[in-house]
Amino acid sequence: MEKPNLSYIKKLSSGDTIFENKIISILKEEFPIECESYENSINSDDFEAAAEMVHKIKHKISILGLEKSYNVAVEHEKNLNNRSKTFASEFDNVLKIITTYLKGV
Amino acid sequence: MKCLIIDDDATARLIINQFCLSDSRLEVLEEFPDPIQAMKYLNQNEVDLIFLDIHMPNFSGFDFMQTLKNPPRIILTTSDTNFAIEAFEYDCVIDYLVKPIELSRFKKAVEKALKSSVVNTNNDKSGISQEESEDDLYVNIDRRLIKIDIPSIYLIEAKGDYILIKTDDKNHTVHSTLKKIESKLPNSSFLKVHRSYVINTNEIIDIEDNSVLIRKDVIPVSRSNRSELMRRLNLL
Repeated sequence: MEKPNLSYIKKLSSGDTIFENKIISILKEEFPIECESYENSINSDDFEAAAEMVHKIKHKISILGLEKSYNVAVEHEKNLNNRSKTFASEFDNVLKIITTYLKGV
Repeated sequence: MKCLIIDDDATARLIINQFCLSDSRLEVLEEFPDPIQAMKYLNQNEVDLIFLDIHMPNFSGFDFMQTLKNPPRIILTTSDTNFAIEAFEYDCVIDYLVKPIELSRFKKAVEKALKSSVVNTNNDKSGISQEESEDDLYVNIDRRLIKIDIPSIYLIEAKGDYILIKTDDKNHTVHSTLKKIESKLPNSSFLKVHRSYVINTNEIIDIEDNSVLIRKDVIPVSRSNRSELMRRLNLL
């Protein structure tokens, strides 16, 4: 399984550590809230709200350089819009990996 | 160029802001997570360029663009690649950036914006302008008079100074009022059921206590409008 990384953020920052810290702090602050909101939506079969949250989380996945996980999120969002949870468990794994990673950053 | 950033995602706003800092020709005036706030700002301030997210809850980038009478240049930012064709139907759209945005691609879009000259034709007509035939309604959106087939309208919702017209194939956000559009619609099919909603009564699926189901939308029915709604029904 691929691991999150800060390559994209480092590339964006060109050494601007204030920017790096700011974006990491937003990720650390928003990600758990979005995860919780996603979980509540999917557990209550609110497919529209769950897809909305996956869309939001998708950008964070890409910022953390997770290309394969990004594709999982894309497929999951599409499926949720068709009221299907086919990719739910794969997406849960992505969320777990990012959660663990952000705790250590 | 004076810029605005409109995106519900804080990380996306921060990244675009960081990109803008790398180009002295760009000055970010404000950032907005909510397009409605940006609309208020634009009523009082002039900007040259907007970085606009397409996918936002409740009010999309497309909805936002439709509300602009004299839109500045717009660079769309999105995680979805499948809106590109629709995006370029808008004259004001200069470029379409797919997230995660690379700096080189961002620079290219900014160069396009600098070179472009958006034709600002002043069109003072706003909102609903004319009804050509009994089944057509013309609304002024983004300097264009767009024809809407009246029977295809199933719901109209008031949203501040705007109304959202929901039709079979598209939603239109128009600078107008429910009162104004109500006067243009046939009384036989359309009814105001709440201060914020006009429904097409032909589209009612069911009615429950103080609400009515119009396709997938549950619409509140105010007490004062309920009797008229009930009067319209062919009750068994």
